Amino acid sequence: MTGSPDDIIVALAGQPNSGKSTIFNALTGARQHVANYPGITVEKKTGTYRFDGRKTVVVDLPGTYSLTSYTQEERVSRDFLLHEKPAAVVDVVDASNLERNLYLVFQLAEMGIPMALALNMMDVAGQRGLRIDTELLSQQVGMPVVPTIGNRGKGIDDLREAIDRISKDGCGPQTSLRLDYGTAVEPVLGRLEKRLSENVILAARYPLRWLALKLMENDTEAQRLVREHAENKENILSSVARERELFQSEQEQTAEQAIAISRYQIAGEIVERCVKREKEEQRTLTDRIDEVVCNRVAGPIFLGGVLFLLYYLTMKIGGEHIAPWAWKYWAMLRDVIASVLPAEGLIRSLLLSGIVDGVFAIMNYLPIFLILFLLIAILEDSGYMARVAFIMDRALRAFGLHGQSTLPMILGGVVVGGCAIPGVMATRAMKDQKARMTTIMIVPLMNCMAKVPLYVLLVSIFFKEHQAIMLWFMSLITLGVALIVANVLSLTVLKRQESEPFILEMPPYHLPTITGVIRRAVERTWLFVKKVITIIVAVAIVVWVFITFPGLSEERNAYYDGEVNNATETFMKNIGEDNPYAKLLAGSGLKEFGGYWDDYKKQRMGAKSKDAKDALKEKFSREDLEFFKIVNKGKGLDGKKDKYAKKVYGAYKKLDKKLKRLDTARRKETVHVSFAGRFGRFLEPVSQWAGFDWKTNIALASSFAAKENLVATLGTIYSAGEESSGTTLATAMEEDTAETWTPVHALALMLFVALFPPCIATLIMVRVETGSTKWMLFAATYPIILGFIIAVIVFQGGQLLSLTAVQVMTFFSLFIFTILAATYFVGERSAVKKQLSG
Amino acid sequence: MTLDQMKPGNECRVVTVNMEGVAGQRLLDMGFMPGTAISVIRNAPLMDPIDIRVKGYMLALRRSEAKGVEVTPL
Ligand SMILES: Nc1nc2c(ncn2[C@@H]2O[C@H](COP(=O)(O)OP(=O)(O)OP(=O)(O)O)[C@@H](O)[C@H]2O)c(=O)[nH]1
Ligand SMILES: [Mg+2]
Repeated sequence: MTGSPDDIIVALAGQPNSGKSTIFNALTGARQHVANYPGITVEKKTGTYRFDGRKTVVVDLPGTYSLTSYTQEERVSRDFLLHEKPAAVVDVVDASNLERNLYLVFQLAEMGIPMALALNMMDVAGQRGLRIDTELLSQQVGMPVVPTIGNRGKGIDDLREAIDRISKDGCGPQTSLRLDYGTAVEPVLGRLEKRLSENVILAARYPLRWLALKLMENDTEAQRLVREHAENKENILSSVARERELFQSEQEQTAEQAIAISRYQIAGEIVERCVKREKEEQRTLTDRIDEVVCNRVAGPIFLGGVLFLLYYLTMKIGGEHIAPWAWKYWAMLRDVIASVLPAEGLIRSLLLSGIVDGVFAIMNYLPIFLILFLLIAILEDSGYMARVAFIMDRALRAFGLHGQSTLPMILGGVVVGGCAIPGVMATRAMKDQKARMTTIMIVPLMNCMAKVPLYVLLVSIFFKEHQAIMLWFMSLITLGVALIVANVLSLTVLKRQESEPFILEMPPYHLPTITGVIRRAVERTWLFVKKVITIIVAVAIVVWVFITFPGLSEERNAYYDGEVNNATETFMKNIGEDNPYAKLLAGSGLKEFGGYWDDYKKQRMGAKSKDAKDALKEKFSREDLEFFKIVNKGKGLDGKKDKYAKKVYGAYKKLDKKLKRLDTARRKETVHVSFAGRFGRFLEPVSQWAGFDWKTNIALASSFAAKENLVATLGTIYSAGEESSGTTLATAMEEDTAETWTPVHALALMLFVALFPPCIATLIMVRVETGSTKWMLFAATYPIILGFIIAVIVFQGGQLLSLTAVQVMTFFSLFIFTILAATYFVGERSAVKKQLSG
Repeated sequence: MTLDQMKPGNECRVVTVNMEGVAGQRLLDMGFMPGTAISVIRNAPLMDPIDIRVKGYMLALRRSEAKGVEVTPL
């Protein structure tokens, strides 16, 4: 029944934090369908419900204090009301803050759309001792007023009914609620309105009194409307300019000041009439909490504690307890998938090594993400985030950032382990466009969870004694570099971006609601999962193709096949013709035994206790008694010795080693001649300056698609085998790099990865949030150049002075923090200059 | 005097908002009318922004913005 003429659209407007989204969720309930409108930085959500058989589409508009065209939110809300012409608009009003909220009510009413008030937060108003005469208020504002308590679902039915009623009436409140702007403004408004009414198109499309008011307020969007639709536009605009000038010289205030004052005055009068204060204003709980939390000394300590707890709960609890528990199930699932795939060949290798492992490698992070997002949603819902911005603003502002950059940076992984995607998304709440752009550009420099495995891998190979210090060093350095970059960008390429004043409401603390917290955390996690199953899969296929094809020449394949045959023949010779097991292992029997052998070895490794080992033996002997005697070094379950079986065991052990070595060599050669190998070697002349060989180049190129690929690609290249696990990759790399790599190599690589461009998924999010392909490309390229320069400096410096990695690291961090201090003072100076001139 | 010169714990009344553009409009929208009472609650740890109470709600603003609000101490 979509699109039937009976369907109506209702807009939810209101000031920030008045409870619009809560009312939205309560109205639309389980049937809500959440949609992002692409291309618009500020999202509008839509959902539907049915009332009296009529479908109602609800649109949740961004919160605004006013309806000027100064900010994006205000433009989005206003354009929606102006151009989409909803059947009704519900202004969600914070009852505990009625005066300021009425200021917006008046402006909405002037747009001439049928309107109702949801008088929300009635419980808060009650606690503060405010008694509101809703009947009288409804009379005063000339529209239905429905008291609600959004988070408890109170008043929602009444609200639905009111919406139904006003949308059927179809007449706006501008007739019943016509503000009197006083003797100075009204005559001007009258003259302007008359001028405007000469234009048929304008008059048909827009409420003229509203338009006249906006012109008086010097509103750029209103001027644009006039330019677009009015025939005598020059005439109108010049007379507006004249009227404004005249007004200012006569009244000694601007027209917008006079208009705002009138609105507040009338709002104050209405509050006076409708609200009774039953008890004196007292110190609220919020005040008392803020006393500590925003205290000059205790505040930063508390913030440090909260960040530490955030890190501790996600990394320790999530990472060390819940994630391993979940990994067991992921591993089981993986085994199930592995067992249904074709046993051998290219398809298996693509599906298993390429896709399944790629996806599961990231799914491992899922519990960690969920916990991180839950905790952050709790912080957001409680109201603490505004305090974080308050505390951090001064420090971050020195680098061109903003107090509100804190959350995106935490999500991105300041303290090792985040994800740039939610980080970039979280910048949406920032109103200061310049600081917002700067934040978007540096969030990908944080240490996302996908970079961490590489750090851990390299640190565990090259810095065995200094693991923890090196990880700390990485997060400190990346933060330092990010702050420098932020400062440089905001003083150069982002200089011209619109900056907004820092005027931030500190909402009263709320106890977070469970549903709200879970909803937000699940939404963010889901976004992450979507990334995994779309982009990673595509990338895994591409990477796999690039490192698999064109494949070895027939000659080389024949060579390897020959070697395998030789080894098998030697094996047969070794066990001897008279060996009773020879017949069993001839032909396909050998392959069957190979599988049995591998299974046994793998499970044997997992069996820790004696009981578990015994059970394992029991199981395998039941499966195949003969095979079991071999793998058990010539002993049956009863312990009876069989010298033939023992001989086979010894010979097979050798064969197994030989075969695995051949397999590794074949894989390596395949990669070497593959497209990826060619590309990697093509870049080697340049990349060697930073100490990267062709294998590293391939891994880096693939990680551009998604960082998770780094370790995975290294795994494939270093051929840790199909059933690879972290330890074997570390060993494989250690063996392979033992002669050629020094810790300085590893350090250069880690630093390069730390700064390497955001993955494609993040870039897409940057495109969405900045609304610009140009900025997306910028976000993709500057880190390559910066990272390469730093890697070259570190590598060449380390080699030249033959320093150890720890020495290099010390020098380098001193270097970074010197620059940081320098840029800080440059930033401060320019801020002071701006203040003096502005 | 201007709002940024007020010490925490003191109260004042708005005389006028001397600011053009976004910041000025935002202050008007937030209720900085002539005669409106403001109490300065606290400074941030690094002395900036400041936390104030106006028309019954709490607001944080930077000193650079507070400078644009002319006040008389109570
Ligand atoms: N006590 C109380 N809390 C409420 C009520 N309605 C909403 N809240 C809480 O107020 C906070 C803000 O609610 P939201 O629905 O996110 O507000 P919003 O208007 O959508 O905010 P923006 O999108 O930022 O403009 C949440 O923590 C809600 O749980 C209410 O009637 N009483
Ligand atoms: Mg909302």
